[in-house]
Amino acid sequence: MSILVYTESENGKLKKAAYEVASYAKGIADLMGTSVTAVTVNAENVEELGQYGVDKVLKVSNDKLSKFNADAYAEVITQAAKKEGSKVVIISQSANAKYMAPLLAVDLEAGYVSNAVKLPTVDEGFNVERTAFTNKAFSITSISTDVKVLGLSSNSYGLKENESSLTQEEFSPELTDENFGITVESVDKNKDKVSIADAEVVVSAGRGMKGPENWGMIEELAEVLNAATACSKPVSDMGWRPHGEHVGQTGKPVATNLYIAIGISGAIQHLAGISASKNKVVINTDPEAPFFKAADYGVVGDAFEVVPQLIEKLKEFKANNS
Amino acid sequence: MHSILEPKLLYLFYNTLKIDVMKILVCISHVPDTTSKINFVDNDTKFDTNGVQFVINPNDEFGLTRAMWFKEKQNATVDVVSVGGKDTEPTIRKCLAIGADTAYRVDTEPLDGFQVAKELAKVAKDGEYDLVIAGRESIDYNGGMVPGMLAKLIGANFINTCVSLEIEGETATAVREMDGGKETIKTTLPLVIGGQKGLVEESDLKIPNMRGIMMARKKPLNVIEPLSSEIHTEAKSFRKPEPKSEVTLIDADNLDKLIDLLHNEAKAI
Repeated sequence: MSILVYTESENGKLKKAAYEVASYAKGIADLMGTSVTAVTVNAENVEELGQYGVDKVLKVSNDKLSKFNADAYAEVITQAAKKEGSKVVIISQSANAKYMAPLLAVDLEAGYVSNAVKLPTVDEGFNVERTAFTNKAFSITSISTDVKVLGLSSNSYGLKENESSLTQEEFSPELTDENFGITVESVDKNKDKVSIADAEVVVSAGRGMKGPENWGMIEELAEVLNAATACSKPVSDMGWRPHGEHVGQTGKPVATNLYIAIGISGAIQHLAGISASKNKVVINTDPEAPFFKAADYGVVGDAFEVVPQLIEKLKEFKANNS
Repeated sequence: MHSILEPKLLYLFYNTLKIDVMKILVCISHVPDTTSKINFVDNDTKFDTNGVQFVINPNDEFGLTRAMWFKEKQNATVDVVSVGGKDTEPTIRKCLAIGADTAYRVDTEPLDGFQVAKELAKVAKDGEYDLVIAGRESIDYNGGMVPGMLAKLIGANFINTCVSLEIEGETATAVREMDGGKETIKTTLPLVIGGQKGLVEESDLKIPNMRGIMMARKKPLNVIEPLSSEIHTEAKSFRKPEPKSEVTLIDADNLDKLIDLLHNEAKAI
């Protein structure tokens, strides 16, 4: 009956999102009067889950799962959920989790709610609040199936420390060739750079930068803040920056702690995509730019003057505060 | 007088010779335009369609455009399907005007992702499609589950957030976008993809021309009875985000103030 949570890892280390979904699973377990079981795949530091309310870890170690494979991972979690008799399964909303979720939901004959932002209410049915219309609205959605899968939006619940006495158990789900209909040939991932999904800070720039040759200062600012870089739609459409950096309604969603928009006017589609970010800073020459209405902090000024100064001042700040 | 290059004739030609022609199904969602104001009616239980312009879901349109490439270069056939009421027909007609061959509309209101996936799975199975292209998510409900559920229901391989797709015989080579990078995937047909920008560029999107629009009127738009209305989830009510407080403006000559606010007030650095 315990709540099952899939806690993701990368290169053997649990991701921050894993602790957030674990915290969330603990919140639900408390509401429903049950315990939390986590599933990890090839993760080493699983004992840390005990700080976030996990009672038991099912540790899967399998070389075949060294690269993410949605179908095989869905099978692992399905078997774990069946073994534990779990009625609620929690996942993150990383690209991998979103890929796997619908497969998992069909396997478990479960109703799936993506982009959940709050704990469910369980007194009358099972209702959970999620974002819809690309963050332009929230929806209360009910799930009527016996088994339920919830995808938690990143940074919406936060990490909640909750010491528990964790037990570990090796778990070896049975996988067949049918689970590997897809072969990952190569992975092209920048290991030194934090991804938009995992970043605490995102530095994003738009057409105000005038051309791709001026991105050096954006990258430098991102480096000082240990931030991911992102861009607006026109910038990726013109080929100034890769598509993977495009954030907004038809690009990637951003739910980060700090979003800094430089030379981005703030089209409605862009604002929708980034609105789940907690703190938004805009730097723009045009005080009428719509972004000023969506931002928490604004600087009216020329990016070519403001950004280099900001980099210097942040370096000073970092030196004094470390 | 038809030219020998007319797709229908080519298809017949290939068919007589028993050369396999790839059959593609593109799933279309009818969604509010990205600039739409989002409001709700009936005690915040329904989306307010008043004055809203509906379009092909952008993620689906990238997929449809890639499908047209397969039609032009590899003689694939391209059908489109949408689950929805009669009001969605202008959006479906637009797909025909862009170049799809046949359209299907499953005549029921889309209520949840599972229900839609089940209806689409029926159409995909009956039509024995080799490749089903859907958008990674619709921009209205953002469920992000229909392509994957559909794949699982018909037993096809599945690639989500697909930004590049090539098909040679039974083999597909695709690029999937993931957090912080990309991966190259090999798999076999039948295949379902959750597509997005990158499958084609924004500049590749086709605006239907007059000839396309005229031809679309004559193309078949078949209405299919729905299977059932079994749903797993239900959007019970909606609310809009709280209005935002005013922006705090900081003088461009006083960036120390910005750093101070970000550190002490926002606790973001």
